[in-house]
Amino acid sequence: MFTMLKVVALKVLDQDEALAFYVDKLGLEKAQDFQQGPVRWLTVRVPGDPDTEIYLELPGPPVHDEATTEQLRELISKGAIGWLAFQTDDCRALYQTLKSRGVTDFTQEPTDHFYGTDMGVRDPFGNGIRILQPAKVAGAASA
Amino acid sequence: MSREVEQFNRRLLRARDAMDRAYAQPLDVAAVAAVAHISQAHFIRSFRAVFGETPHRYLQRRRVERAMFLLRETDRSITDVCFEVGFTSLGTFSRTFRDIIGETPTEYRAGHDPMRAPNCVQMATTRPWVAVMPVPSSSFGEDGSAAPA
Repeated sequence: MFTMLKVVALKVLDQDEALAFYVDKLGLEKAQDFQQGPVRWLTVRVPGDPDTEIYLELPGPPVHDEATTEQLRELISKGAIGWLAFQTDDCRALYQTLKSRGVTDFTQEPTDHFYGTDMGVRDPFGNGIRILQPAKVAGAASA
Repeated sequence: MSREVEQFNRRLLRARDAMDRAYAQPLDVAAVAAVAHISQAHFIRSFRAVFGETPHRYLQRRRVERAMFLLRETDRSITDVCFEVGFTSLGTFSRTFRDIIGETPTEYRAGHDPMRAPNCVQMATTRPWVAVMPVPSSSFGEDGSAAPA
């Protein structure tokens, strides 16, 4: 039996820049950061959620050969590799917070749908980030 | 060299995002190229090389996708849908829609119900890709004529 999703990998072009964006601007927290041989194991997570970590993976040797690394980097910058979806309890408030922290690459302003309110942003490398505030279920107690 | 390619791609992606975000507004190729800080001719060539279609066609298919969405999910009139997604002429909208989808907006509406997928998934996966017929150029400016529709 599986018990949780523990790590997802998101490929980035620069780990320092990734840390600055995902922690300082997006508001995630750093989970692990250590050098393991040639690889820097750098993970972030949603504050208060110890289950799932996002490994900010820098393509490169020895995992990827040079040609593969170049292909991956090019595809990341075209927005063709990765995206993540987060959940929030207040999409519009988070939008204002992100703007005040200097996030500019919004792919979609907060928009209402039958399933909730969502917005989109891109990281500095081209990866997509979706953020959803689910609609309140009819009949559920209002907060 | 490679880092320059990455940064250039990222700028083109930013311009593509601008089309996905502001398709309802009267965008032209100059405005979109300006988002990427690239001259028009270079922008059109580069966008096509990186994303496989011209920016004009990308935007046209985004607008048609959003029209398909409104036709499925709402009972708004065809004319309302046309202007809502950024077309400025009902004739251009109807012709473009038929050329790309192979049926008229009315026929499409009759044959399709609302989808369950989240909006971002619909936008990413239902933007029409293979045109039934070649789509004639319009007012987006890639043919250099830039006449208002």
